[in-house]
Amino acid sequence: MPDTRRAQIALEPMSLRRRLTDHVMTGLAVGTVILVLLPLIAIFGYLVYRGIGSINWAFLTQTPKPVGESGGGMANAIVGSCVILGIASIIGVPFGIGAGIYLAEYGRNTFGNVIRFTADVLNGVPSIVIGIVAYAIVVLYQRHFSAFAGGVALAIMMVPTITRTTEEMLLLVPRALREASYGLGVPRWRTTLSITLRTATSGVITGVMLAFARVAGETAPLLFTAFGNQFWNLNTAQPTAALPLQIFTYAISPYDEWHRQAWAGALVLIILIVGAVAAVRIAVRHGTFGAA
Amino acid sequence: MANRAFQQPNMSGPQPLEVANLKVSPRQGEAARWLRRSTGELPDQFFKFLMLACGIGVLGLLVLIFYELLLRSDLSWHAFGLRFFTQSEWDPVNEHFGALPFIYGTIVSSILALIIAVPLSVGVAVFTTEMCPRALRGPLSFFVELLAAIPSVIYGLWAIFVLVPIMSRYIEPFLGKTLGWTGLFEGAPYGIGMLSAGIILAIMIVPIISSITREVMMVVPQHQREAVLALGATRWEMIRIGVLRNARAGMAGGIILGLGRALGETMAVTMVIGNRPEIAKSLFAPGYTMASVLANEFSEATGNVYLSALVEIGLALFLVTIVVNALARLLVWSVTRGLPRSSHA
Repeated sequence: MPDTRRAQIALEPMSLRRRLTDHVMTGLAVGTVILVLLPLIAIFGYLVYRGIGSINWAFLTQTPKPVGESGGGMANAIVGSCVILGIASIIGVPFGIGAGIYLAEYGRNTFGNVIRFTADVLNGVPSIVIGIVAYAIVVLYQRHFSAFAGGVALAIMMVPTITRTTEEMLLLVPRALREASYGLGVPRWRTTLSITLRTATSGVITGVMLAFARVAGETAPLLFTAFGNQFWNLNTAQPTAALPLQIFTYAISPYDEWHRQAWAGALVLIILIVGAVAAVRIAVRHGTFGAA
Repeated sequence: MANRAFQQPNMSGPQPLEVANLKVSPRQGEAARWLRRSTGELPDQFFKFLMLACGIGVLGLLVLIFYELLLRSDLSWHAFGLRFFTQSEWDPVNEHFGALPFIYGTIVSSILALIIAVPLSVGVAVFTTEMCPRALRGPLSFFVELLAAIPSVIYGLWAIFVLVPIMSRYIEPFLGKTLGWTGLFEGAPYGIGMLSAGIILAIMIVPIISSITREVMMVVPQHQREAVLALGATRWEMIRIGVLRNARAGMAGGIILGLGRALGETMAVTMVIGNRPEIAKSLFAPGYTMASVLANEFSEATGNVYLSALVEIGLALFLVTIVVNALARLLVWSVTRGLPRSSHA
């Protein structure tokens, strides 16, 4: 703001106390930024420092070894996470996008506001509570823990984020585009799917990826749904290992070897998630819409 | 791409030209009208219904969560009633349950987190919107938001192996020596305990509070700033009078939203708070939170009353976060006028 600076110069002289306060406050603000970025750097530094030495081929291809034996890996947990996230996406993504379409295309009314508000509130429900609900509606009926139950829990968590970003992205599509389509005699549903949604694709994908990144690292809702497993399991009706669960189990264990593996697992997890977030950033920058 | 998007609808659309060229008998006219109906209104109704179902589904999810929690906590509610929230004995063996230590731990750790996180987040927001060079603005907010992308379990891992040793070796002995007389900082500095939980929570909620504060600060019109500066204010006075005062309601919303996140945060807290259901005055002492007890005991709970008591804790947590989040959203909406902006929580 070059104008404001000129204004400040014009208003000299100023009392020493006010000028000092100004400087102190500026210093404090800079200080808070440093204090906030410090843990970020420390966390990433430690992850790389402790994790990189522990990632090897065995870690990525083998299942956990029993306590006392060194070696082994988290291959089953990595695959398990992918299975659970896949189930979550299959359930959560169409549901969330559908609700987003409703809000953007039909929801400019009080009922739409109610749903909008509900989605925002749902976003703040603790993940552990959603875990309890998934336990109650899936595990209790299946009579055992399962990857499917974990997927349901994560799907519930994905819905509000996807709903709100989809709505936002659809609203960015100019009204004239819709009207042009109606003018050609295209029915409304077809317009929504082939014109509006299609134009907003990159933005909607951004929302989906954000939701995905958010649930990918979730541990709490998986504790009593997917439960974890020391062995290979691809049956979605059986207890399944997941990367965050495995990290948790290993981190609170008393064994050095397991701590080492926990750091390696954390590094793999963060690479997956930050990779997704970075991909989103790039997609947003190169996408037509989404610079909101 | 755009071309294809425009051509596709024509292939199965009503195609008015061809319909017009047909030599129609009355019966065929009827058929043509039916065709237009079927490609027009009926699928339209169906599509709208489908999307409406998804929308109602979002509402349904919230109702479902509430219903299931209510249903499964019934047993405990009938056994203990309101005493459940006022008694501090947690004894699974004799099936006697009181949730007070968990409620206490949740509230204290969250408030501790707010005390640490609020000044930090406001400082970061002020710096990124009002002080820093334009070129630095994007990267800086990106890095702060990156904090929000780190999974809770990784915060916990880092806290166990990095934060806790630092706390027990340097920070807690120092606090004990200087502020021990208050009673808040006494006892053995194990590192594991309420204070560490509060600090790790603070780090986790800074991105939420600061991004919402930044958002509501940017809604403050530019001429407001210029007007205050024109009256002879320094930059800080301009921020205080012109910006922060106008952004108060939205900032309160952001802070409450951060509180909501802190109340429900599970993994990182579970890993450092010590998990002991006791109410202690000292912040060095171990505690337990509502979310942590669920994480630790739910999958191992034997007996219906035990499980029911845990679900009731979940229900209480759910209701509190619903109220807190609703309040926060209303405050933020009142500033940004309900414009759909990307969700931060």
